[in-house]
This record gives sequence, C-alpha cells and structure tokens, in this order.
Amino acid sequence: MTRQEILNELKKVISPYTTNKEMLAGINENTDLIKDLKINSANLVDIIIDAESNYDIEIDYDDADKMMNVGSCIDIISQKIAQK
Amino acid sequence: MSRRVVITGMGVVSPNGIGIPAFLDALQKGTSGVKFMPHYRDLNFSCQVAGMPNFKWENLSNYLSEVTLHGLKGTNIGYGLVAALDAWADSGMGYETDEPRWETACVFGNSIADTEAMKNVIAKVDNKEVKKLGSRVVEQAMNSGVTSYISGRLGLANKVITNSAACATGTQAILMGYEYIKHGYAKRVLTGSAEHVDTYVYGAFDSMRVLSRKFNDEPEKASRPMSITAGGFIPGSGAGALVLEDLEFAQARGAKIYAEVLGGSTNSGGQRLGGTMTAPNPVGVSRCILESLNNSGIKPRQIDLISGHLTGTNADKLEIQNWFDTLSLKKENFPLINSLKSMIGHCLSAAGSIETVASVLQIVHNFVHPNINLDDPNPEITAMINRENIPVEIIKKEVNIVAKANFGFGDVNSCLILSKYK
Repeated sequence: MTRQEILNELKKVISPYTTNKEMLAGINENTDLIKDLKINSANLVDIIIDAESNYDIEIDYDDADKMMNVGSCIDIISQKIAQK
Repeated sequence: MSRRVVITGMGVVSPNGIGIPAFLDALQKGTSGVKFMPHYRDLNFSCQVAGMPNFKWENLSNYLSEVTLHGLKGTNIGYGLVAALDAWADSGMGYETDEPRWETACVFGNSIADTEAMKNVIAKVDNKEVKKLGSRVVEQAMNSGVTSYISGRLGLANKVITNSAACATGTQAILMGYEYIKHGYAKRVLTGSAEHVDTYVYGAFDSMRVLSRKFNDEPEKASRPMSITAGGFIPGSGAGALVLEDLEFAQARGAKIYAEVLGGSTNSGGQRLGGTMTAPNPVGVSRCILESLNNSGIKPRQIDLISGHLTGTNADKLEIQNWFDTLSLKKENFPLINSLKSMIGHCLSAAGSIETVASVLQIVHNFVHPNINLDDPNPEITAMINRENIPVEIIKKEVNIVAKANFGFGDVNSCLILSKYK
C-alpha cells in the first residue's frame, strides 16, 4: 500500500470521529487529529482499534502514543503492514 | 420571599407514545403499550410481555452529533436523551450554547446501565480482548451516564446529579429538582428519569415471581392494577423529563407554564414495622404523604386525583389502604385514583417521571385518564373506596391538585403535589 492509499483509507477510519467533514476531505500528512480535526482525545483509542481491524495489524501502546497527526499515523500503519 | 417552582417543558418516551402529543392522545384513549416479546418466550420466561416504546434508534441523529451517536449503545441513555431534549425544546429553548449554563441543574434518575450492551464488554474481557473495548464503555456503564450525556449536550453547569431509588427514582428526582430551585441553588432544573428493562433485569424480576404470567396471549390485558385477576406487574421501559423553573425566572423569558410543583417528600420506612427490602412500612408511606401535603399547604379534601404507584400486585390493596387511612376522608370525599401502569406497565426508575408528565397533562387538559383492564376490581379495594373513584372511562373535569406517589424496593417512598398554575 502506498502512503496515498493508506491516507485515503485512513479518511474512512477517522470519519465517524469528526464532525469537520470539510477538513477531513482535505487532510494531508501535517493535519493534527486533535487540533485540526477536533477529535476528542479519548476517541484516539477508538481510531487505533478501528485501524487495527481495518488494516489487520496490531498497534502497541508505545506506537499508538505517536499517532497524533496524519503523517505519523501513516508511518506506524505502513510499518506494521510491512511487518506482516 | 418564598419562591414558586413551575413546569415549563415536558418530554416523554413511553411504551404507548413518544412525544407529548402522541402520549396525550394515548392517555385519553386508554391505549396500551404492552407487547408480546417472542424472545422472552424462547428464554422460558414465565411472563412474556413488556411495555416497550416504539423507539427508532436512528432518530437520535436529530438530537446528537454523528460522533456522539457513533458508539452509543446504552438504550437507557437513548431514552433519557430524547425525553430530556424534547422537554428542553418544549420549554422554548435551543440546544446549542458555547457558554456553560451555570443557572441550570440536571437531576436525572437511572437504575442500571444497559446490561445487554454490557454483555459485549464482558464477552470481550473474558475472551482476552480487553484492548478492543475502546473509549466509550465507561461513560455508558457508569450510573451517571444518562445525566452526563444530557448535561453535556445542553451545557448544563449547575448541580448535575444522578439519583437512584428503585421505583421511587422518578418522583424523587423531580422533588430534588424542586428543592434546589425552592432553596435558591438553581434557577432551572432539567429533571426526570430513564429505564431500560433489558433481558437480564427482566429475567431477575421473572425469577422473583412478581410478574403477571397469565396474559401472555393477550398482552394489552396483562397489566391489571387493582384487579382481582392481577397476578403481578409488567416491566416497562422509557423515560420522562420536565423542565422546572423558578416562576419569576420563567416569566422573565416569557416561558409557557404548564403547572406548579407545590411540594413533596421522600423518605423511607426504615425496613421496620412491616417494611422490608420489598414491602413498604405503612407508617413510612403515611408520613411521606402527610409531609408532602403539609409542606404544600394542601388539605386532603383538596386532592382531585391520586396518581398511584399501583403496579398490579398484591400490594395494590395495601397501597389503597394506606391512602385511605392517611387522608382520613369519608368514602364519598375520597379523590379519584388512577394508575398509568394499566397502560404501560411498570417502568421502574422511569415510572415516576412518566407518571408525573401524565399527571401534568391531566391538570392542563382537565381530564382523568381511565384505568384500563379494571372490569373486575379487587373486592377488598372496593370495600374501602367507591367503584366510581377508580374510573374505567376517561372523565372530563377540572383537575387542580394531583398527588403523585411512588414506592420502591429498599422501602423508599416519594410523593409530589402538583397543581394547576394560578
């Protein structure tokens, strides 16, 4: 999966957790999940759980802590896919 | 200066009607909301009928953001939210606010989280998949879940309190709301209660053999308060909500006023003198009713209608005895008495709030709703009070004062005195 493909897929994963659909449509690697997409910090764990099932990967707590913006989410997800 | 407390908005999720217009229509027609539950038959329950609101979960998208709705599983929370937000809109106020509403409290009752939703949580934990639970379990498992969702949606920022007193929860919540305004702590209180009797809670009552089991093929006849053929109560689910306001505060914003809360009382019989975990001590009941009348400045003769607890068990005749002994009125001066449970079953924690909404509607629209399924009243009851006092047809008459009481497990009592606003 390319970074762009992961990003496109990530939009679907994030969608139920943000009301800011316009911002979501235009996200890039620098988009911050909490500051830009106004996602409740408690919901980040739900996004990680959904990403795990969506990409069939496991994300440990330390890696999950790094997933604060779209770019770092793609970093972790692509790394985990590569390890499969 | 003594403050007056008025009701300026109401909302309801009842087995026989969702929203005030549908509920009012059902009350006037005596429409039952009790339905056959095939699932309960499959589970070998003795009682297989329940009062179930015709609730469309997807309609919650009219009340909540997509983000909040995603992951919401607690049925009790859904019921409470709809009743509370409808009451809020009914009182003429909008949902949105950036500023916390410091003057508005929320006292909302609840009994237990949705056990059916929690079953999924238990299964995941037992299956060593705790990591998959996510962030939304705790907020729905906590007993204050309903209150937290309501106050969060509306920005309510005065006292936010979840009360729980079994079947007395609803009337107790309204009484607490009344007291906070009366004592000057809050200008406005969004109050009420919610209950979802899920399969597991229902099963526990079924096992106690306190449910009606002889009318499974005639669900609408199953809930029979005060009837000689009443064989137990019918569990019901739903929610009722009321906006209470300081009279002057309500008038200042030009709010419509439904009725006034004159006072009330909540106590316990101490599980002594005949009172137990499941049975009321008559002395406690009597004290609760008298204290309500005293602090409302009302004489027994002034009561037009008693909205009883009257669930359809053996305790009905004891309740009538308690009212009769406490009010010390002659038979011919005894007020009319009715039980909404004949139509919707016993909504446990939500009973008091739904029945209070019904009481206020009877005050506003000048009628007394029928007791359905009372073609065969218990002779021990009609030996105490006249048959005409327990109407089986709607009575259109001026209703000024209603005494609304509920009695719950733990020997807890709660009574409200409601009045036409004059």
